[in-house]
Amino acid sequence: MDFRLNEDQEALQDGVRSFCSARVPHDVLHELAAGEGFDRALWRELAEMGVFNLCLAENEGGVGLGMADAVVVFAEMGRVLVPGPLIWTHLASGFIDGAATGETVVGGLDLYSVDQAPYVIEHLDQLDVILLLRREGVFRIDPREISARAIPDPLDPLTPVHECSELPKGERVLDRDDAMQFRLEASVLAAALQFGIAEACQELAVDYAKTREQFDRPIGSFQALKHILADMFVRQEIARAAAYAAGATLDDPGVGDVLRAASSAKLNAGDAAHKNARACIQVHGGMGYTWEVPAHYYLKRAWVLENSFGSIDEHAEQMASLIS
Amino acid sequence: MDLRYSESDEKFRAELRAWLDDAVPAHGEPPPTDDWDARCVYDTGWQRKLFDAGYAGIQWPREYGGRDASLTEQLVYYEEIARASAPYVGVNFVGLLHGGPTVIAEGTDAQKAKHLQKILRGEEIWCQGFSEPVAGSDLAALQTRAVRDGDDYVVNGHKIWCSFAHVAQYGELLVRTDPDVRKHAGITWLILPMDTPGIEIRPLPTLVGEGEFSEVFFEDVRVPVENRVGDENDGWRVTNVTLRFERGTAFASEMIQLQHFLADLIALARKVTRHESHAWDDRALRLEVGHLAAELDALWAMVKLSVCRANQTGVPGLEGSAIKLYYTELYQRVAELATRVLGRAALGRSDIGDRPNKMILNKMLQSLSLTIAAGTSQIQRNIIAERILGLPKERK
Repeated sequence: MDFRLNEDQEALQDGVRSFCSARVPHDVLHELAAGEGFDRALWRELAEMGVFNLCLAENEGGVGLGMADAVVVFAEMGRVLVPGPLIWTHLASGFIDGAATGETVVGGLDLYSVDQAPYVIEHLDQLDVILLLRREGVFRIDPREISARAIPDPLDPLTPVHECSELPKGERVLDRDDAMQFRLEASVLAAALQFGIAEACQELAVDYAKTREQFDRPIGSFQALKHILADMFVRQEIARAAAYAAGATLDDPGVGDVLRAASSAKLNAGDAAHKNARACIQVHGGMGYTWEVPAHYYLKRAWVLENSFGSIDEHAEQMASLIS
Repeated sequence: MDLRYSESDEKFRAELRAWLDDAVPAHGEPPPTDDWDARCVYDTGWQRKLFDAGYAGIQWPREYGGRDASLTEQLVYYEEIARASAPYVGVNFVGLLHGGPTVIAEGTDAQKAKHLQKILRGEEIWCQGFSEPVAGSDLAALQTRAVRDGDDYVVNGHKIWCSFAHVAQYGELLVRTDPDVRKHAGITWLILPMDTPGIEIRPLPTLVGEGEFSEVFFEDVRVPVENRVGDENDGWRVTNVTLRFERGTAFASEMIQLQHFLADLIALARKVTRHESHAWDDRALRLEVGHLAAELDALWAMVKLSVCRANQTGVPGLEGSAIKLYYTELYQRVAELATRVLGRAALGRSDIGDRPNKMILNKMLQSLSLTIAAGTSQIQRNIIAERILGLPKERK
């Protein structure tokens, strides 16, 4: 056992991190938020870097890596809030033409636990293919098949949404077992994005607390602030451990229970993302409440992810049933 | 990012599990908590059995009688000890997890030869003499004075929160040897024979109502200079070697026991009636248990990550503070929820019907000490903020 990142994973992390920090700095988020909340050129670049074909076998044109590696990559994208249906396109790369190369943007709706209107679809204007994730399988529909209303004021300015009241059945592309695996992997990747948010918020808040001065000293020297920041670090590390463990368990199901690992990751990383984003706003004081400081983007994305691939209650109930 | 135990780890697990399957039931039920003579026999007797079977000092070097197990074997060991509900280290705690490791790291050859085997064999009980009435979280403010007189130090002062002082043969004692320098620079670490004249032990009853702790008073107590561990006035550094250890993996087996405690809570909730159905039928309770279970799993993953890092660096990392902080607060939440499931039956501390009041309420009350002992939660947060996150110290 060596639960640390191996050398390849460290290199992968470094590579994605330097791409993300150069390509998606905070002012780019502001530009995207003012526009369509999506950038096709960036999507292609992510594809070239291997974000979407990462877990495809090499003989299918992929990088041939596993879920643990994908967790590392998605955590990095969470840190900078890369917008778009990352999880759907990544998981569709094996069965939707063009997904792996970034030419086809694949989004979807998770109907696994709740299948009732109103249906809220993310990034609809950008989608070339929509997947419907149901218990009995994954179904493909053409975005032009549905009539949806754009919601003019999405909660997360980087996640535009439409709502519609009816969905076609669609063409089945994955069977029941594969749909279950799809959902499992999707919830772990969501947890990885959430962990990335938790870590980024901690770093933003700590940096600010070291430089912002009040009463003639850095606010980070006050114990009241230190304890908020220490708790942010602890939540981040718990989220890291849970997300890494879920990735490692999905790659090697012999080391644990995959459902339990996925639910633990989604709950802990979700909690860390949400609470760290809130704390990040609080530590920034009045500036944290402005549009200019990006802390609000993190909290808003944390809310989006909290409602993706299993709610808090769904995963908590699943945990309880798995251990009882 | 590999969580698979090696073949040799699994072989070790199989051997240990087979041994525990026989040895644990054979050792019998633990004696009442207030029967200290029986507790010492029970705890040291179990330690001796571990030693004879080759499972004592799992992390200690072989030359001192330990097993020198790899860190992953230690994780297996903690998992199996908890799985088998094996006896707790009990009165051996300070010797095995504190004094012993300090002597290994900093002691002289003579000190090692004199104490380490005996601690491992359950023949020597240690206690701790660190805190003082004026030196709690600010441990370095300690005032118990030691003055050199020939080959002895002469000790005068007052220690508090001395675990197991009334049953111990030796104590780990922090004393002030130089009052004229900055407080961290004038401290020395001594091995104190508890039968030395001039020591008075007064029990300090806790809110649990039992006597693990004492206050210890010193009046002209002569401790040989040869009992000093590390250099004179270097005791603060010597102490921190073990404090970090205490905050790292020392809690590992208890974390797994906490998973068992959660299982006990569920078993109770299936029995207890609420509003004409069982408490476990209440979704709100199940959700709360689900959250706690998820957090426990994540915490154990975090221990594994920390252990794998320590495997590389050789010392437990600072993230031990984060683990200690999280574990102790989580423990309190589990204990409190279990108490809530008991309902009004919790008003009695002995078992009512088939409800395990005694176990739950003892754990609930004892858990109040977890966020205070070995560095309060507030001190851990300061350590994380200043030493991990690099935040500036508060201006004095």
